[in-house]
Parts: sequence; structure tokens; C-alpha cells
Amino acid sequence: MSTAPYAGARWGSIWLWLAFAIAMLAMPRIFDSGLSITMLSQMGIAIIACLSYNMLLGQGGMLSFGHAVYTGLGAFVAIHALNAWCAGSPALPVSLVPLIGGLAGMGFAMLFGYVTTRKSGTTFAMITLGLAELVFAMSLMVPEFFGGEGGVSGNRVVGAPVLGISYGPAVQVYYLIALYTLVCVVLMYAFTQTPLGRLLNAVRDNPERVEFIGYNPQRIRYTAFIIAGFFAGISGGLGALNFEIVNAEVVGAARSGAYLLFTFLGGATFFFGPIIGAVLMVLAFVMLSELTKAWLLYLGAVFMLMVMYAPGGLASLIMLNVRLARHGKMRALLPAYGLLALSVSGCALGFSALVEMVYHRQLDAAMGPVLRFLGLALDTSSVLHWSGLLVYLGVAIRSFAWTRRRFALQWNVQHQIMEDERLRAATAP
Amino acid sequence: MEFFLISSLNGLSYGLLLFMLSSGLTLIFSMMGVLNFAHASFYMLGAYVGYSVAQLAGFWPAMVIAPLLVGALGALFERYCLRRVHKFGHVPELLITFGMTYVVLEVVQLVWGRIAVDFAPPALLQGPAFTLVNHSVAGLSVHWGAVAPAMCNAADAALRIVCSPFPATRGFMMLVAITMLASIWLLLTRTRVGLVIQAALTHPDAVESLGHNVPRVFMLVFGAGAALAGLAGVIGGSTFLTEPAMAATVGSIVFVVVVVGGLGSLSGAFIASLLIGIVQTFAVSLDYSLGSVLASAGMAMAPSWQGTTLARLTIAQVAPILPYLLLVLILIFRPRGLLGSREG
Repeated sequence: MSTAPYAGARWGSIWLWLAFAIAMLAMPRIFDSGLSITMLSQMGIAIIACLSYNMLLGQGGMLSFGHAVYTGLGAFVAIHALNAWCAGSPALPVSLVPLIGGLAGMGFAMLFGYVTTRKSGTTFAMITLGLAELVFAMSLMVPEFFGGEGGVSGNRVVGAPVLGISYGPAVQVYYLIALYTLVCVVLMYAFTQTPLGRLLNAVRDNPERVEFIGYNPQRIRYTAFIIAGFFAGISGGLGALNFEIVNAEVVGAARSGAYLLFTFLGGATFFFGPIIGAVLMVLAFVMLSELTKAWLLYLGAVFMLMVMYAPGGLASLIMLNVRLARHGKMRALLPAYGLLALSVSGCALGFSALVEMVYHRQLDAAMGPVLRFLGLALDTSSVLHWSGLLVYLGVAIRSFAWTRRRFALQWNVQHQIMEDERLRAATAP
Repeated sequence: MEFFLISSLNGLSYGLLLFMLSSGLTLIFSMMGVLNFAHASFYMLGAYVGYSVAQLAGFWPAMVIAPLLVGALGALFERYCLRRVHKFGHVPELLITFGMTYVVLEVVQLVWGRIAVDFAPPALLQGPAFTLVNHSVAGLSVHWGAVAPAMCNAADAALRIVCSPFPATRGFMMLVAITMLASIWLLLTRTRVGLVIQAALTHPDAVESLGHNVPRVFMLVFGAGAALAGLAGVIGGSTFLTEPAMAATVGSIVFVVVVVGGLGSLSGAFIASLLIGIVQTFAVSLDYSLGSVLASAGMAMAPSWQGTTLARLTIAQVAPILPYLLLVLILIFRPRGLLGSREG
């Protein structure tokens, strides 16, 4: 089998890029409310951050627990640059502030990466965690730079408007973010095609052999870490422009954890996986957290299930099904898929009803024992409701186990058929 | 003098508590190659379960029941989650324990609420274990338990008396930690089970071919590690504060301990635990800043420096970052940790 891209694939990917660009430009026309513009801006920022994180996790096999250090410090430097240089003359154009953030992220990655990338694997993970804690603890100690509890705020509408763009309206900032996102995504994709990007994959898979062919894995990791720091800083700088305030939370462990969680959920093994993850991240932070107070519990549970059953993330699930559909095997699986979807949603429903009932007892007990859940009135003081829910959950889990086995069986059958067809086509005269 | 004694005892007890956690973490790591991110979560679960059991049955039963429950949960987690991702490699193993921290944190907030619960030690452990009385004439003396307030109040102004109590919970913490460590050591070196565990650490294949169920040994070790964390949680929770943030606070320190001591080295973890426990305890009670030290040495700082953060920060204020600074320094100058044997 040849791995060289054939012309069809190349054109296909060009159409994909065009569609991505057009979608980014057209989105604010379709969703034009204030909330959706804010969310779209955050998605752009998150896409850059998650892709830069995946440069470490997916491409380099470096599990970092402190990526927010680089986005966060980039954001701080960017907002200081905005305050210091954009008002004076000669003024720094506001559009270039994210680049300052990028350079800052790169500088800090050079500094900290020198320590962290000396190691790989588990030790690397622990050191990044330690450094993240160090920076977060520092941020509360040095109010001159980090602004203490209140953070540092700025004003992006400074200086003379360039070509009539003042960055007053949020949609102008969105287009700036979209432009940066597009350029950064293209650049990061291009990075995966460079010799350095390929070497980084090799370092992930087998550092010893990389050493044997004459490269220093440590230096490759360090270089990739610096590049990832640059993109992370750009994302931080865009965040600073978007929110016009930066506080210590942006370097916190929760932020780093979110990057890790959603990059993995989106899929670290495919380039486009973190983009899905970033979109989900913003949706979860803005909408899911409105919907339920227990959203982090759902997130953690989904994450654990994903690690156990689909370690390639959503992107790998999508690609598996695309491959199946391309070979025309989807139709045979549809009934099994239907059953699976039914049993999964049954389980999810029971589980979330249980969680919401416990939460209701804990937090909203003052509002009476009755909880409205999807049109149902659940009485948290009635033994009948509790035991009914538990019985329902038990049945749902049993039926999920049954449908999952059935589905796995058919899935394997279809894949076997697909393999056989491929072999037959390959050996046919 | 009494400040030094009491502080070192406090530091020692905190260090021993850290070692209760880092020993389980190290055992699990050297056996399975998994750095259990959720270890501090089991510590927190121990504190909360201990709190609930203590309300139902009293503190002493809680000290037995809570670790058993947490240990069983740990064993189940190993059996049904960790073992499933073992074939995918170390990163997914680390990730699933990372996901577990989210789930445990949220479940704790779900069941026990978002604010600290009032987990008080039993009456026996409340109050000081002994009190050091420093009398400017009679010298230093030790009194068991609390001393009468009259003893600490000087009758005339010429006498100077300082009473420094040492809390009984701290003493109990040291006692439990040392007992536990001794019994683990005996278990590992003097019993059949211990020998199988030690053999499974280095030669899992050979142990398996001798007819031992190595995955079950892994499960038991993981469960035992979680139970130790749970026990530490009951004691730590009743001594300090039982709150949802306790896992994050202790967790990152314990990881620092394990890396500084050298991954997989029990004795390294012991030394690093005591070191960090003592350094942190002393640091939080030292109220000197760079400015005040220079001033007392007779040197004045340049006016532009006075009042800046660098001159103003006291050692007590920088105490939280000291363990991480130590971590970075160790990694620069001794990358395998204090007693680690291999470079990772």
C-alpha cells in the first residue's frame, strides 16, 4: 500500500479547508445574537488552544497538565501590551496584540520547557503539573503583574481605527479571531507535514529509534513545546482582546484540565479532533453549565467512558463510521445503531435523573421536595420514586449491555466483510 | 527553642501524613507503572466517608470502616476501569485516573455539599498532647496534656513564661502513620503475601507462571493503596479541614513528593515527605521578608525597590510555592530524584 496522497484526496482536503473557512466567515451571519457571537469568538480561541495542546498530546505523546500556563501568561502579557503600547504613539495596532501574546507564550515555553521536556511520559506529566501549580501560586503573590484578585483589565478600542475597524463591536473582534484561527489552523496543519512534525510523531512512538537515526528526542520535544507555546500564547492574546480582562483563573489548573479533557474527547489521534473538542468545550462551559449544576460530573463520567471504550475520541468514531459508510456497510448496521442509541439515551436519562435528585436534596431542599425533570415531577422525599428510579436504571443498564453486545457482534461482522472484500480486490487478477 | 521543637514535631507529623499518601502512590506506581492521579481523591473520600461513619457509629469505628470502604472502591476502580485501559498504554491509564478525580470531586459535592463539613476529632484527641513550658528561671519543662492557665501567666513582670501546646491529633497522626508503616514493612518483608507482591513488582511473568494470579495481586495492591489513602483521609480530615478542595491541595504536594523522592522509591518518598513537611511547616511560621532581613542587617534597599513585591513578600507568603521550587531544582540538578534509580 502506498501512503502518497492521491489527487482525489488532495482535492478533497482543499474543499474541506474552503468549507471550514467559509463556515467561519458565515457563522456570525447565521447566528447573529450577542450570545452566539461571544460563543463563536470563544470557539475560535479554544480551537487554537486545543490544537496547540494536541501538538503535545496527540503528536508528541506529551501529556501536559499545565497548558493553561502558556495561554494564560500569553494573555497577561498581551493585555499589558494593550494597555502600555496601543494608546501612545507610535501605537501598536490592536490587531497585532495576539502576536505579542504568542511571543510571550513562546518565551515562557522556552523557559519552562527547558525543565519539563528533559523528561517524557509520566514524569513529564508530573513536572508540568508542578510548574502549573507554581505559576498559579505565583499569580496570587505578585499583584504587580497579575493584578491580584481583580485581574488586569484593558480597553481594546484604543488608537486610531485602521480601515474603519475600531474593535468596538463584538463582531469585529470575531472576524479578527476567525482570521487568526484560520491562519493558525493552517500553520499547525502544515507543521504536521514538516520533517520536524514527522519526527515528533516518531519521538512519541519510539524515542530510542529516533536516537539511533541521529536525532536528539529531547531537543525535538523542546522545539515542539516552544512552537505549541507560541500558538497557545496567540490564543491567550485573543482571549485577552475578547474579554478585555485577564485574571489569575486563566493560568489555573481547572483551565489546563479542560484543555486536556476536551482535546481528548474530540480526539487526539486526528488533526481535526481538537477542533471538535474545542467547540464542545465552549458549548459545555456556556450552555451545559446553565442547564445543570452537576455538569462536571457528567463531563467526568463521559470522559472516563471515552477513555475506556473509545480512546481515539469523537474524531476516531466519526472516521470509523465514515469508512464504513464509504464501503456501503452502514445500512446493515442501522437497526443495531438505533437500538444502541435508544438504550444509551435510556441509561443517560436514568443516570441524570438520579444525579439531579441527589443534587436537589443537597442544594435546593428549601424549594420543596419535588423536582421538575424533563416534564416529570420527581418527589425526592418519596421512597417509591427513588426505588422506581433505581429499578428503571438497573433495567436500562442491562438492556444497554445486551444491545452493546449485539452491536459489537454486527460491527465486527461488517468489518470482516469489508476486510474480505478488500483482500479479494487486492488479490484479484 | 520551644518554637523549634514544636515546629519540627508539627512538620514531622505533616510529613508522615504525606508519606501515608505517597507510600501507597509509590507502591502502585512501582507495581503497575501507573501514577494514580486519583490517589488524593481517595484521601478526600476517606475523610468524607469517615465523617459520615463517625456521625453514625463514632470516630473509632470510622477509622476502620472508612478505609475498608475506600479500599473496596479502589479495588473496584482497578478491576473495572483501570484494567480495561491497561492495554492502551500508560497515557490512557493516567487519563482515566484523571477523569476519576473529576467524578469523585463532583460526587463528594453532590453528597456532602460544597462547603466544609464539621469533622471534629473525638474528645480524647481534642486539646494538647503535651505542653512545653519555657520558664525564664526554671528552664524548659514538659507537661502531659494541657497545663493550667495560671502556669503560663507570669506573676511578676521580670519572669518570662512561654507555653507551647502540641495538639493531640498531631501526635495521634504520627502514631498511626508509624504503626501503619511498620506493619506495611512487616507485611512486605515477612509474610508470604508480601513476598508475592515484591516478586510481582519485578518479575510479574515469573510469578504468574508459578501459579499466582498477578492481576488479582495488582487489584489488591491498588485497593490497599486506596485504603491507606482513606485512612490518611480520616486522620487528615479530622485534624485539618474536610472540604472539597482538600484533594487538590494535598494531591499536587504528594506528586511533588513522589517525583522529588524518585519515582518508585519508597525510601526516597519517605525522605521527601519529611523534607517537604518540615520545610512547609517552618516556612509558614517565618515572617521575614527580603526587605526586613536587609533592614535588620543594616542595609537599606534602594528607594525604587522599597515597597515592591520582592521586598515585601515574607517567607510565610511564599511557602505555598516552595515544594514546586524544590521540584524544579531537583529536576535540574538531579533528574532522577533523591533516591530514584532510573532516569525516566
